[in-house]
Amino acid sequence: MIPEEISSVVELEQQEYIINVGPQHPSTHGVLRLVVSLQGEIVKNLQPHIGYIHRGIEKMCESLTYQQIIHLTDRMDYLSAHMNNEAVCLLVENALDIEVPERVKYIRTILDELNRLASHQLWWCSFGMDLGALTCFFYGLRDREKILDIFEETCGARLLLSYNTPGGLMWDIHPNFQKRIKDFIKYFRKKLPEYDDLLTGNVIMQARTKGIGILSLEDAINYGITGPTGRASGFACDVRKHYPYSAYNKVDFKEILYTEGDTFHRYKARIDEMWESMKILEQLVDNIPEGDFTAKMKPVVKLPEGEYFQRVETARGELGVYVISKGDKYPYRIKFRSPNFCNLAIMNNLASGFKIADLIAISASMDLIIPDIDR
Amino acid sequence: MNNEKLQAKVLSIVPNAEVINGKQYLEVTVIPDKLHELAKQLKEDSETQFDYLFCQSGVDYGDSLGVVYHIESVKHRHSIVLKTKTPNRETPQLDSVCDIWNAAEYHEREVFDLLGIKFINHPDLRRFFLDESWGYPLRKDFVDEVNIIEK
Repeated sequence: MIPEEISSVVELEQQEYIINVGPQHPSTHGVLRLVVSLQGEIVKNLQPHIGYIHRGIEKMCESLTYQQIIHLTDRMDYLSAHMNNEAVCLLVENALDIEVPERVKYIRTILDELNRLASHQLWWCSFGMDLGALTCFFYGLRDREKILDIFEETCGARLLLSYNTPGGLMWDIHPNFQKRIKDFIKYFRKKLPEYDDLLTGNVIMQARTKGIGILSLEDAINYGITGPTGRASGFACDVRKHYPYSAYNKVDFKEILYTEGDTFHRYKARIDEMWESMKILEQLVDNIPEGDFTAKMKPVVKLPEGEYFQRVETARGELGVYVISKGDKYPYRIKFRSPNFCNLAIMNNLASGFKIADLIAISASMDLIIPDIDR
Repeated sequence: MNNEKLQAKVLSIVPNAEVINGKQYLEVTVIPDKLHELAKQLKEDSETQFDYLFCQSGVDYGDSLGVVYHIESVKHRHSIVLKTKTPNRETPQLDSVCDIWNAAEYHEREVFDLLGIKFINHPDLRRFFLDESWGYPLRKDFVDEVNIIEK
């Protein structure tokens, strides 16, 4: 006969216990609510609840012109603002058969990579912080500041750039642009190894990430998991490589692929991508051709009747823009295939069977941006 | 596979499919009953092997609702667009493709939430962004007196 207090403990251990992570939990980086059912410390099931900042961007776009839509795309994945802008611009340019000047293509690609670097730096900050290594936050923000200063000088904004416009750019680059980028690369090539010294080689960090949250290649393709998250599992999904746009066909870079697919390799993939981004920047920054900063465009942009699709690689994966036009200045239907929305689908598979503390490491390694999920 | 071969392949599976050679992709429109079969065969055939559903969008076409599937083969690097339309707006129903591509699970929940298309055999069809008090905002006849300003 088991005493009553012990039998109730046994019962508690076998019971399913449900807790909410979020919507205001610091490690969800926004208002994402994860309903986690636990057995002891082990995650049995995880259901994301989203929509806390659903703004209906797709519906809003149906009554906005294409120039206006660009300013809304900033607000989806705010850390990849420039890439989001570019997706809509490329779509309009391809639909109207406008050849943008070479200068524009180069500048766009440079800003893409700067934006990717800034985004990965902030990811690295928060990744360390989620695991309890607060120092990372100061290191990462220190370096990110330098990129934001370049943005501020040329684009007039630090986060939501809106520097692209259909046909080209809003205005020409600042005279300091190239010099500051070269200074930054020189600076950051020295600083990036510090990231490895501080966190990558750390024993606690490795113990908490190696072999945790393994994503197989089949699942990555089947669930459509793109970006560094998918590439850490060996899914060759880099749009820059496979469907090059802007000046990506003129530069030499490596698509970072790993086969392990665990949290540690998702981390490694992003660190390696920072090196590749700097490589791309170095190839472009001295070769920006002279010319106009925009092609000749009519003030009212009307897309011919039909359907258009444009894919770009943001810092978190593949962004697709699908537009159905009825020949109007407004789109009839616009759909944003946002990378974070698709990546969220795998959370349950990754976290199930691991401890609740691992859930934080896994979600940090996926680098979710909630406004991009909700749109 | 180039677009001509893909077209021949699609027509061999569904003979009365409507095929348009679009500007970017081959666009195939089929009736709802044939969609699941076509999608399954396109994925399983080793020549086509469409294993990556990279976009699934619900569309309000006016007299009917529809879903557009953008799929790609990671191995062969070719893409195709599948489309289907529900026969009416009142009880829109389509077969779910979750068993073919898991990515469809979230996309279909989104389409259900915003357009009200029911997906048969979906494992977990619930509202996603909005709660039950909402209508289906992406439909063209949706009226929200508080937030939508008519110009």
